[in-house]
Amino acid sequence: MSTPNSPRLLHYVDALREAVSQEMERDARVFVFGLDVDDHRGIQGSTLGLQEEFGAKRVFTTPLSEDAMTGVAIGAAMAGLRPIHVHIRMDFLMLAMNQLINIAAKAHYMYGGAVKVPLVVRSMIGKSWGQGAQHSQGLYGMFMHVPGLKVVAPSNAYDAKGCMIAAIRDDNPVIFVEHRLLYPTEAYVPEELFAVPSGRARRCAKGNDITLVGISNMVLECLRAHELVAEAGVQAEVIDPIWLAPLDIDTIIESVNRTGRLLVADNAWTNCGASAEILARVSESPKTLRGVQMARLGFAATTCPPSPLLEQEYYPNPARIAAQIHQMVRPGETGWTPDAARAALAYQLQFRGPF
Amino acid sequence: MGAAARAEVSIVPEVLPADLASIYRKLRLIRRTEEEIARVYPSDQIKSPVHLSIGQESVPVGVCDVLRPDDVISTTYRGHAAYLAKGGDLNAMIAELYGKETGCARGRGGSMHLIDMKQYILGGSAVVGTTIPVAVGYALALQREGQGRVVAAFFGDGATEEGVFHESLNFAALHRLPVLFVCENNFYAIHEPLEKRWSSRQLCERVRTYGIPAWQVADGNVLEIRRLAGEAIGPLRTGAGGPAFLECQVYRWREHVGPQEDYESGYRERSELEPWQERDQVRLLGDQLGAAERAGIDAEIESVLAAAFQFAETSKFPAAPDLFQNVYAE
Repeated sequence: MSTPNSPRLLHYVDALREAVSQEMERDARVFVFGLDVDDHRGIQGSTLGLQEEFGAKRVFTTPLSEDAMTGVAIGAAMAGLRPIHVHIRMDFLMLAMNQLINIAAKAHYMYGGAVKVPLVVRSMIGKSWGQGAQHSQGLYGMFMHVPGLKVVAPSNAYDAKGCMIAAIRDDNPVIFVEHRLLYPTEAYVPEELFAVPSGRARRCAKGNDITLVGISNMVLECLRAHELVAEAGVQAEVIDPIWLAPLDIDTIIESVNRTGRLLVADNAWTNCGASAEILARVSESPKTLRGVQMARLGFAATTCPPSPLLEQEYYPNPARIAAQIHQMVRPGETGWTPDAARAALAYQLQFRGPF
Repeated sequence: MGAAARAEVSIVPEVLPADLASIYRKLRLIRRTEEEIARVYPSDQIKSPVHLSIGQESVPVGVCDVLRPDDVISTTYRGHAAYLAKGGDLNAMIAELYGKETGCARGRGGSMHLIDMKQYILGGSAVVGTTIPVAVGYALALQREGQGRVVAAFFGDGATEEGVFHESLNFAALHRLPVLFVCENNFYAIHEPLEKRWSSRQLCERVRTYGIPAWQVADGNVLEIRRLAGEAIGPLRTGAGGPAFLECQVYRWREHVGPQEDYESGYRERSELEPWQERDQVRLLGDQLGAAERAGIDAEIESVLAAAFQFAETSKFPAAPDLFQNVYAE
């Protein structure tokens, strides 16, 4: 990752907070609101201290009225402010769908360009420690479906800061997807303001045998899978789309044309989701060479269960991704699996709930 | 609100002869515009579902008459009346119904999504209740701005059944936002009457539990609506009061959507309409003017209307390659 100026190791959660704080300092129109943004926990720390820094007019809590509060954000945005509306779980966005889909996404078009809706909607996906059915959903595919919305799911602290700055400065509504398990991860992040622009993917690891696309925290699991298959001599290229809408399909196609294989590991269900969209666009592009082998991994097509063995079965993981890669690259060698201990991720060893 | 409370508010507008003429002009313009839309509709030049306000003109006219040009309104899919009452561009409205590039939403909105940001008319929405919180959000920005501007949010009786209505009232009251909520209660949601939808008719009482002062006007009287709107808005401008609420009962003379009457369809009787026609605000206000003045206004409106339909007919359609314009703001 390129780090132009004075980079320090920063946690994802602190990168988010730093981006918002610096943008609020730069632009008096930016404000932050949502249930719990001003409490002693500050949305897992991502809004901590902002109210002290910028006052209660620019950082304030809300009633549990996701529908109306989204409308309030849209109205304020139409009036020239730049709201950041925070939801501690993505599942709660279902209560805001009318405003997001029927107004935020459409206003600029439907009103003939007379208004803009510069709105950032932050929401978090939970995983593990029994998050269960309604604290775990990766619902960004629903938003990718709708013209007029942008969707971003940064997978590391550098992108968390750069994408947040890009989202705040964007004149369109941006659905900002954060994964709870990414919050404690660290990356080198410049102190200065910088934007990670929309519509550009990044290659995170090189390889010529298969193209691996990970979404949100699945980028980390893909990078672990990349290491696991490397031990068997398989070179997997890992691509992080970063922005899901607009989606940089060209970077993926360029890689696929080199490797001849594509595996998308999503942090959501596969049907009608981001992985379906990526495969469809690669398949139908005239730039894609013929005969590409494709597959997807994602949540099992069930509701997320909290019970540990079921939960483990529900999610993709580095071992499963690695086995799938190996099967696609070396179809003749059946039954290869990576070393289970090497496949474990940090959070599985260290994390204790609740969130 | 008692007499004492009223006395504190000095800006309750007197009704001067010039006001009567201007109020009549707005009422008449809206009535005649919609009658003209209904007349043209069968020609299929207006390819946009129209929800006519005929019979309901007095609500936005009464309220908008006490608004400043830089005050803001939000509207609904039945929004022609509010758009014109706030001074929205007539030519651009008719062109929008015709789907033309010169329309107020450049042919991308249609009748249900009229907008004129020069006159601070926020766009309408087809989904009932949806514009209420947007209006509240605009009011939040105006409160921060501190220039004494207010928002009037228009919606129907059906919208008060949506959860977002109550969420919006609560938030607006909590933050004492400068917004006047205006319910145009025409007793029907599409074809369903209030008796089948409301457990109680005490809408103003429901609203008052949020700490919001609420008034009801039961006969559509435009001057009474204007008087109460003036009283309600005074404290909003100074920041002395939080949001306020007006329930204005009116009657939709035509069908829910489309240009016709629908008294033969079985869900309501023509006898319901008759008392409302007897107190038709367009006619009653006109009767208060001198014959020559009234005739002058009527003639001027016919001329303006003819020009607007001519403008719409002769304007160009958006070009096919412009389909993707404004999907995203640049």
